[in-house]
Amino acid sequence: MSNPELTPDEIKQADRNRRRSKLLATLFVVPLLVFIFVTFVAPIGTMLYRSFYHPTVSELIPNTLEALDDWSEDGSELPPNPTLNIFAVELKSLFEERLSGKLAEEINRALPGSSSLIKSTARLVSRADTAELETGGAALLFDSNSKWQQIELWQAIKKAGSVFTADYYLTALDLERSPSGEIVQRGTQIYLDLYWKSLKIAFYITLLTALIGFPLAWYLANAPTRIANTLMIFVLLPFWTSLLVRTTSWIALLQTNGVVNSTLQTLHIISEPLEMMYTQFATVIAMTHILLPFMILPLYSVMKGIDPSYFRAALSLGAKPIPAFIRIYLPMTVPGFSAGALLVFIISIGYYITPALVGGTEGQMISNLIAFHMQSSNNWELAAALGSLLLLLITLLYWLYDRLVGISNLKLG
Amino acid sequence: MSTHDINDQYVRFINVKKSYDQRALVVKDFSLDIRKGEFVTLLGPSGSGKTTCLMMLAGFEDVTSGTIQINGKSVQDVAPYHRNIGMVFQHYALFPHMTISENLAYPLKVRKLPASEVKQKVKDALALVELDAFGGRYPGQLSGGQKQRVALARSLIFEPSIVLMDEPLGALDKNLREHMQYEIKRLHEQLGFTAIYVTHDQTEALTMSDRIAVFNDGVVQQCAPPSALYETPANSFVADFIGENNHINGKVESNDGKIAEISLSRGDRVRALDINCPPVGEPCILAVRPENLFIAGTGREYDNVISAEFITRLYVGDSIRYFFKMSDGAELMVKVLNDQDAPVLEPGTQTRLTWATERGLALDKPAGKNPVKAA
Repeated sequence: MSNPELTPDEIKQADRNRRRSKLLATLFVVPLLVFIFVTFVAPIGTMLYRSFYHPTVSELIPNTLEALDDWSEDGSELPPNPTLNIFAVELKSLFEERLSGKLAEEINRALPGSSSLIKSTARLVSRADTAELETGGAALLFDSNSKWQQIELWQAIKKAGSVFTADYYLTALDLERSPSGEIVQRGTQIYLDLYWKSLKIAFYITLLTALIGFPLAWYLANAPTRIANTLMIFVLLPFWTSLLVRTTSWIALLQTNGVVNSTLQTLHIISEPLEMMYTQFATVIAMTHILLPFMILPLYSVMKGIDPSYFRAALSLGAKPIPAFIRIYLPMTVPGFSAGALLVFIISIGYYITPALVGGTEGQMISNLIAFHMQSSNNWELAAALGSLLLLLITLLYWLYDRLVGISNLKLG
Repeated sequence: MSTHDINDQYVRFINVKKSYDQRALVVKDFSLDIRKGEFVTLLGPSGSGKTTCLMMLAGFEDVTSGTIQINGKSVQDVAPYHRNIGMVFQHYALFPHMTISENLAYPLKVRKLPASEVKQKVKDALALVELDAFGGRYPGQLSGGQKQRVALARSLIFEPSIVLMDEPLGALDKNLREHMQYEIKRLHEQLGFTAIYVTHDQTEALTMSDRIAVFNDGVVQQCAPPSALYETPANSFVADFIGENNHINGKVESNDGKIAEISLSRGDRVRALDINCPPVGEPCILAVRPENLFIAGTGREYDNVISAEFITRLYVGDSIRYFFKMSDGAELMVKVLNDQDAPVLEPGTQTRLTWATERGLALDKPAGKNPVKAA
């Protein structure tokens, strides 16, 4: 070999080949990336955006808000009359477009009790001429209700009109802004309690699935193939039945005159039926049943891979079976156990259907409240804020897990 | 017990039978006495029952019928963790979540030895297998040969009187395997434990053992020192399983109890040692090892001569293998040292092959099926 270096042509050729194989690899991945973007990244991004982007009010009364920009809400003075005139004109046109109710709802959120004020005033101003309002709108407002002379109301309108706001996050964390602008604790704790309860319920479920799943997975991994396969069908059976069917069957079991109560009464173990339905107990027990396979399957796959000679080696070295099990076998199941626990915990903390059906108020979790704000109270922004906080919480747990156990230890099968 | 010292019967298998499904016997009537300090190998193809015997001795499988004794006492009711038997597993079975030192200390800790003594013994054990610097590593960071040495050290550290090894070198490559054979032999001589070794590799068995028990189909075919096993196999299975052998079909013409006369298919008459020769008039097998068969006219002439057609030769390096075909179609192989005398033959040449009478063995035809080929 006289010249071990590559010639420029050879280098160019090698680069071309590398680029082509890279491009080919990218093409294979593109459909998945598009799918993930459309179904996952985009919705979650929208949700995050929505949790602090709130343009409704600014779209309803853009001119008023523009005028209010010059008004200092910290002072003790009302906004100048021209500003109030503009508001009156806009309120009239909103009434004609049947949008004044929406405005009332939005302002009401910032200042409770202002809904009826806005609605009735809107009715009043709609009878007046637009030209008349342009000059005497302010007087008309003051005449209709003395509340229009309160500074808090205008503060609320200005606050509701800001396009970007962190208020929903404050609400989701049971905090609020005091009139002076400081962040203070709310009188009643709703959401933090619920987050805490969700964590607790998820923890109970994880613990229960581990306690039930571990011996079963061990038996499955060590049983003869024929028996193991048959039992595996029973483990997988829940996957093949509708979630609703399973949850409803728990209602049949747990209700006051349900199977469990009538059996216990027939056996004279209890005299009065137990109240199990619509409790935290019902949520925990039904979700444990539903999530059990997520614990068993990773545990099983890890245990299946543990060579029985480890345990035999421990015995031959003089260890008694129980110490050998604890010191040798148990540590080897950690990857499967942590994978199962992480799965069960994360799935259960955001679970919705089962707590909604069997949990009642006591067994409610944070997701039920998110659904409430989506469907009933129509406060999507708060729902988005609650959802984002839940996402943050799960990410935090995942990070914590990675720090303590290490994601590389995870074995899903 | 009158004729035997207790040390000659340190480990005894007495009519041991084992069945997993109460029908088929995996081990059929196995009896073996092992001397204290002896190195005994159980050799056989996979599924021949050798590992099962080892597991029964270790206490991981129960004995269906028969007795196993250690030092004169039955171990029937002794739990595996009380038998004080060291064991080396095929895939090492080093605990992956413990360092090498922790692995080695484990048997000492369960025996509740004081910490200082544990530390000293672990240090000694690491020195014994020349892995002094590796105590803090995890098994996953070691090479196959190093893991095997640790496994060996761990099975020896609590000073068991018996060490069982279940195909311990099966997962290593050839060079490493030879090195480890030497290592195991060295430790055996140095420490004087009784070793029972299971393998399906005949070379390994021949080089390491004091005695070899050849298993097939749940039965011990022969138990003898390596040289006896190789030179005077008890039957055609052993003759075939240990080393290579040429098989020539024939018929017994006469037998004086020492030398049998055999007629071959074309009428040639040859003589061979009676090993387990069938009665006169019955078909038999004549076995000659390739290194004992010579091409006539290359300086060697013996009593027995047959003719065969040369087919091809295979260049191995230190030797050359010549392949011949007899008129009845049977193939023969001759191993010739690769020196100046190695003849060059044209394919198709009719050649005469010759061997000494005491190097040919007259054997029974294996009953029913074909002889099992060596793994």
